[in-house]
Amino acid sequence: MAKKITLPLTDEVIKDLNAGDSVLISGSMLTGRDAAHKRLFDLIEKGEPLPVDINGEIIYYVGPAPAKPGHAVGPAGPTSSYRMDKYAPALLDRGLKGMIGKGARNQEVIDSMIKNGCVYFAAIGGAAALISRSIKKIETLAYEDLGTEAIYRFYVEDFPAIVAIDSRGNSILVQTKK
Amino acid sequence: MEIRKIDASLVTDTVKKLYLDMNYNIGEDILDALKKAKETENSEIGRDVLSQLIENNKIAADEEIPICQDTGMAVLFIEYGEHVVIENGSFEDAVQEGVRRAYIDGYLRKSVVRDPVFDRTNTKDNTPAIIYTTIVPGNKIHILAGCKGFGSENMSAVKMLTPSAGLEGVKKFILDTVAYAGPNPCPPIVVGVGLGGTFEKAAMLAKKATLRPINEPNPDERYSTLEKELLGEINKMGFGPAGLGGNNTALGVNIEVFPTHIAGMPVAVNICCHAARHKETVI
Repeated sequence: MAKKITLPLTDEVIKDLNAGDSVLISGSMLTGRDAAHKRLFDLIEKGEPLPVDINGEIIYYVGPAPAKPGHAVGPAGPTSSYRMDKYAPALLDRGLKGMIGKGARNQEVIDSMIKNGCVYFAAIGGAAALISRSIKKIETLAYEDLGTEAIYRFYVEDFPAIVAIDSRGNSILVQTKK
Repeated sequence: MEIRKIDASLVTDTVKKLYLDMNYNIGEDILDALKKAKETENSEIGRDVLSQLIENNKIAADEEIPICQDTGMAVLFIEYGEHVVIENGSFEDAVQEGVRRAYIDGYLRKSVVRDPVFDRTNTKDNTPAIIYTTIVPGNKIHILAGCKGFGSENMSAVKMLTPSAGLEGVKKFILDTVAYAGPNPCPPIVVGVGLGGTFEKAAMLAKKATLRPINEPNPDERYSTLEKELLGEINKMGFGPAGLGGNNTALGVNIEVFPTHIAGMPVAVNICCHAARHKETVI
């Protein structure tokens, strides 16, 4: 039975999430992937302000396909999270409370999640058409020039995901061979 | 044989149709394999993931929207009959135009950047497509088209094994590559293996192997046996659907082979996600 959770996530809700829990997420979340992460990270490195306030937000690693007329968004499944590993700890230190993606995270990210009390959700890779049904509205927030890689705000209802790594660092992901 | 004239627009329309079809409609081979995996999957989360993937494929087909938002980079293997002449344009341009129109008109994601290092700006029409053409006897054009997402492409590898590595070395490299990829390439995956040839030939064979239906084993029994054995080993790794654990990490292993040099035994492993999208046709 899936747990229904609402964004923004409170520390109490985060503490209550355990690796392996199925969840249905409602509320609004940010999106961002490789190119947007690089820009945000470079701004943090330079000590400059970010174009989007990430404090208390969760970010979905996604580059949606274009919306057909009559659809709020095109298919929008998760992209591989490990490519964001280099940037994630800096964003978590800035108050980001959660991430949604697919696949493994490195130890630095997991350590930063434990330190900052954050959660990592797995959405199902390749279930893009199904997932897009839970996305009701989208707005462009920053980096429009990046097209699919821009930072959007997604308004979602019952977005399906699984707690892959919880705020204590417990994981249900089967580790890759090193 | 008489020369056959084919209008460039027919090539463009055919390529466009193939790309729309493959992005909206998963092959029956994959759908059957997902259903079978759901029956054999021992993890509850795994069965749930497989149900969602089956439903996702149905939604994509019913609504004519892409199965996956990563509609990939376009790769085509073309057998071009030497008695064909293209009229009103060039063959290469006609193929690229077909890809362009499919990605623009079909609401497919444009994922190609102009330069890998110095200019990562989007070309905005998903071209250029990668086209491998072989000239063959006859007056027809056979087009095998695929679109390759990069979540799984990034998990692929080539190794120049030498003959002393033997069959055991080949198996080890393939299994190590899959184990290293782990939960990242959207399991349950399709594993394309290219054996033999040269460095680049092995990689091309591996790509071609991912474009073969997974219910069509290699015609050489030695290799079809190896395909089955590797599939069994991969499914013991435990990554499972979406990498969340389970006994269905791969749906199929396809091997393609080519003669090679006395000093070499190249192996390439091209990993593809469960959305193994490809279609073929003859003009």
